[in-house]
This record gives sequence, C-alpha cells and structure tokens, in this order.
Amino acid sequence: MRQGLINEGAMGRNRVIRRLGSAGLWLNPVFAYFFLWAPILILVLFSFNESRSVASFTGFTLKWYSNILNNVMGAESAFSTEIMLNAFRNSLFVGTVATAISTVLGTMIALAMARGRFRGKRLLDGLLFLPVVIPEITQAISLAIFFKVVFDWVALISGERMFPGFHTIIAAHVTFNISYVAIVARARLADMNPQLEEAANDLGANPWQTFWRVTFPLILPGVISGALLAFTLSLDDFVITFFTAGVGTSTLPVFVYGLLKLTVTPEVNAISTIMMVLSTILIGISLAMQGRNASRA
Amino acid sequence: MKKILLLLCVLLLMAPAALAQDMEHEPWTCPEGYEGQTLSIFNWSTYIAEDTVPNFEEACGVTVNYDIYESNEAMLARIRQGNPGYDIVVPSGGTVQRMAEEMLLIPLDMEMIPNVANLIPDLLGAAYDPENEYSLPYQWGTVGVGYRTEVFPDGITSWNQVWEHDGPVAWLDDRQTMLGIAHLFLGNDPNTTDADEINAARDYLLEKGGNVVTVAADDGQVLLERGDVDIAIEYNGDILQISWDCECDDYAYAIPEEGSNVWIDNLSIPVDAPNPELAMVFIDYILDAKVGADLTNYIWYASPNQASIESGFIDEEILNDPAIFPPAEQVATLFAIIDVGAEAEELINNAWDELLIFLGQ
Repeated sequence: MRQGLINEGAMGRNRVIRRLGSAGLWLNPVFAYFFLWAPILILVLFSFNESRSVASFTGFTLKWYSNILNNVMGAESAFSTEIMLNAFRNSLFVGTVATAISTVLGTMIALAMARGRFRGKRLLDGLLFLPVVIPEITQAISLAIFFKVVFDWVALISGERMFPGFHTIIAAHVTFNISYVAIVARARLADMNPQLEEAANDLGANPWQTFWRVTFPLILPGVISGALLAFTLSLDDFVITFFTAGVGTSTLPVFVYGLLKLTVTPEVNAISTIMMVLSTILIGISLAMQGRNASRA
Repeated sequence: MKKILLLLCVLLLMAPAALAQDMEHEPWTCPEGYEGQTLSIFNWSTYIAEDTVPNFEEACGVTVNYDIYESNEAMLARIRQGNPGYDIVVPSGGTVQRMAEEMLLIPLDMEMIPNVANLIPDLLGAAYDPENEYSLPYQWGTVGVGYRTEVFPDGITSWNQVWEHDGPVAWLDDRQTMLGIAHLFLGNDPNTTDADEINAARDYLLEKGGNVVTVAADDGQVLLERGDVDIAIEYNGDILQISWDCECDDYAYAIPEEGSNVWIDNLSIPVDAPNPELAMVFIDYILDAKVGADLTNYIWYASPNQASIESGFIDEEILNDPAIFPPAEQVATLFAIIDVGAEAEELINNAWDELLIFLGQ
C-alpha cells in the first residue's frame, strides 16, 4: 500500500521532469535563436528606417539602399557615402587577397604537417594554434611594432620611407588566417584514407601527379571551407586592421567604429546588412561543402 | 572641342547669376604647382560638408584620402606609433598641446595661409597653443547649461541660478571644466596648478552642489529630455540635438554671463606628413569665407571664421542661434582648457574624486 504510493509519487515526479525536460529542449533553441538573431534583426530593421536617427522607427524606406546603389552605379556621388563605399571596397579587396595568400600557405603547411617529417614539427603544431588563442590586441600591437621596426630598417638601409597600407593589413590578415586554413585543411587530411595515395603510387603516378589527381581533389572541400572561414574573419576583423592600416585603407569595421562619436546613420545599417548577407552566404556554402563531404566520407 | 565650347556657353549663361550671388567674394583659388599630388586627411566623423573635399580636389587638381576617427586618443595612438602618412589631423585644444609637447606636430607657415586673417581674434592664441604655432581653429563650441523652459521661463543668465535652483540638476563629468567654473568665481586662473586654489574650487563646488542628483558623463541631455533633471550642464551640440529631435521649445541652452569652457577643434599637421605644403594650402582653403560657411551650414557647429560670419554665407537660422554663435562679448568670457601636466592633473583628480564622494556619487 505504502510502497504503491511512493511509486506513484516517483512516477509523477518523473513525468513532471520529463515534461520539463522536453519543454526545456524546445526552449533552448528558442533562446539560442533569440540571442543570436535579435540584435541582428534590429540592425536590419533599422536599415529601412526613414529617420536619420537610430533611436526610433518612424517609417519604412529603401532610400538608404538606393543611396548606396546610386553611388555604386556612379549616378550620384555623395562624399559621406563615397568614403563608406570605399571602406567596403577596401574590405573586399583585403579579404580576397589575404584569403588567396593564406589559403595557399595554410594548405602547404597542413600538407607538411600531415605528410612531412621534419625537425620542430611538434613546435610548429603548437605554434599553429597561437593566433587562434592569443588575444587579438596582443597580436595587433606586436604586428604594429614589427612593421615599424621593419620600416625603420628599410629607411636606414635604402633611405626610402615606407608607409603602412594595404600591404601591411594584408600581411597581418595572412598571419592569423594561415592558422585557420591550416587547421581545417589538416583535419581533412587526417580523415583521408592514406591507402588511396599508396594505390596511386602503385599504379605508377609520381608524387606530383598523386597530389594533383588524388590528394588535392579529396581535400579540396576542406581547403575551400578554410578559405571561406579566412575570408569571413578578414571581413570582420577590426582590432588588427586598426593597428596596421595606412592612409585611405580603412576597412568597413574600422570606418564604422570611427562613426561612434557622432552619428551612425541607417546607411551604415544598410551596408552592414549587405555585408552580413554576404558573410551568411559564404558560411552557408562552407557548411554545405563540409556536409557534402561528410556524407561522402 | 565641342564639349569645351558647350561648357563655355553654359558657363557664360550662368555667369551673371553667379556674379549676382557673390559680388564681393572671389572664390578661393589654389596656388599653382600642386596638380597630381595627394593629400591625406584624418578627421572626426561627420565633421565636413559633402562638397568640401571634392571642391578642393577640383580646385587644386589633387587627390584626397579621407579617413575618420572617433576620439582624440584614437588619432593620437595612430600618430604616436609613427605617422602612417596623414597630412592633416584635427585635435581638440588639450590634445594640440600634448602633441606639440611630444613633438608630434610641425609648425604652420602662416605665409602660406593668408586666410588666417579671417579668423575671430578671440579664438586665436588660446592657452594650449598661445602663438598658434601648431594649430588653427576648425570649429568650436561651448559648455553651458541646458534647461527646461517651463521651469525657467525667463531663461538662465548666471551660474548662481544653477547653484540656487530648488530642483534636480545634472553636472557634467568633466573635471577641468567644472573646477574651472569655480575658479572663475574665486577669481583664479581656470587652468591653475596651485594646490590650494584647486582645493578651494573643490570646496566651492561642494557648497554649491546641494541640488546635484547626478554628475553625468556626457549624457545630461538624455536626463533633461526624460525630465529627470531641470538643468544639465552640457556641451552645446548635445542640447541642440534634443531640441531638434523633439522639434519643440521645451529645452534651451545658455552660457552664463560669468563665463564657461570653450572647446576648439584645430587643424594641425602631424610630424612626418608626406605633403606639408599641400596641407597648408588645404588649411588656407578651409579658412576661406565661403568654404568655412559651407562647413558650418552642414555640420551646425560654430565657425571660427569672422569673414564667413560677416559675409552672410552662413544660414541666418544658425547664425542667430546664441547656442551656436554666442555674441562677441560672451566669447571674451570663455576659457579653454589646457593640459596642466601630470602633477596638477593628480591634484585635480583627487579634488574631483573627493567632490564626487561628498556629493554622494
């Protein structure tokens, strides 16, 4: 009798816990979506705001987008929009070049780590994670000092004065991007069946042919997703760019930060929205690549 | 050729209209010999008219790089680390002094800047750069009192009205400005470095601060807008902002007759500038009556340019707003803040901290 009661109580508790659990499981993604997307949704919403102020929404308009479009098409050239667009172009340029360089270098490092035998491999393995773990500001300041020292030496030796510019920003972005590309590409290499390369060798392919016909196509999805990750990081980066930028090379994040003191107009929201859509598409492609890859493996 | 002829015809047709518009003012002309050169400007954001730079590029046949910053410190950090190639920077008063002391600015050559004669004499020779060796004013403004007009229908004319007001008041968390105002009452130099005088100013403020509900860090206008306070000591631009936003007469700004703080942003040339000559030409261009007026018409800060003010190029609405353009006799009562040095800075910091504690902040 008593036993039964206890059991019933326990069962009731279990049921409550199970219900709470499933409600919790349902709530978790709701929270996740809310935290991830609510601020971004507000940013997007205000890019359609009629008033110049970002304090209150007064009405729907597409004029900020059309301002940008008109400047892009050259139909109109407002100075303030033009410098913002310049920053946007700078961002794309820096991102593209830095990604191209770091993808080649990162993939090469990943190959060396996976297939090569050399002294200091362990050390390189650890160092590869350094840009991922050290605070960005530390890296930014060390790069700024590094460039200054190099420029001073160049001036001393050649008498030619050097200025920071795209080359310094790109070099800085490559330093942190290499690690990300190498880590992603290496994970692909580790998953790859080594017997495929051995088979190619047995069938008479030389190492060069083996790499281009077997290894590279197999790790390509990893290389591409590494490159897309690098591109996204480049587009987003503020701290390192701020410390290594030269004249007229401000990227979009540096430009937007410069606006903080006075006004951030909906035009900035509009271009941020465009940039975000771009990043989202890239990440989508990257995920799709990895997904396709995982299902094939 | 045809195009040029067409252009000439159009210009000839337009000429009478243009002549009628600025009879007395000759448009600024660029000295010869700068075609194809580059000028790099580092300025505060939204602090220039839309056509200022394009017109300069056209007049001189040069290319302008234009970057923006959000604080004196951000600009200073970039220049200290080795000038990345800027020819023009726009530091505020105290920062001019700091940069000059750190040898981060190069002296201006006034012979290349004839338009310096256009400037308001009272704004020249400020304490941070007494000889204007390194800087010339770009735009300026004041710290004063923003108040609710329903509480003060007759306006505010004296700091005593602020001290004696029976209602909530917000002060500005700018130690040198607030102590400077107290120094004015005590008959001392607003930038004094004397320990006794600084402590006397602290005691004076403590005595007058009974109605202070908060010492606001540059958001006093928000408190005023929300109705949390009747008076906020603030920058003129911030108080004007809420008046424009509400499109009403609920708030007004006044500079008390005893005097107050004036801030001036300045045109300067950083050390190692790649093209200092063109930078001087640009400064001269900015100080032109028409160019200076266009700047003020766009960004709504006060122009330091007497010629712009007298020429009638500045919109009446802006010119007649005492919150933007205080009358000349009031300008004479304003004090600029200088960098007082590490020792006095510590005295001021201690005095201010003690004051905040006693005011219950």
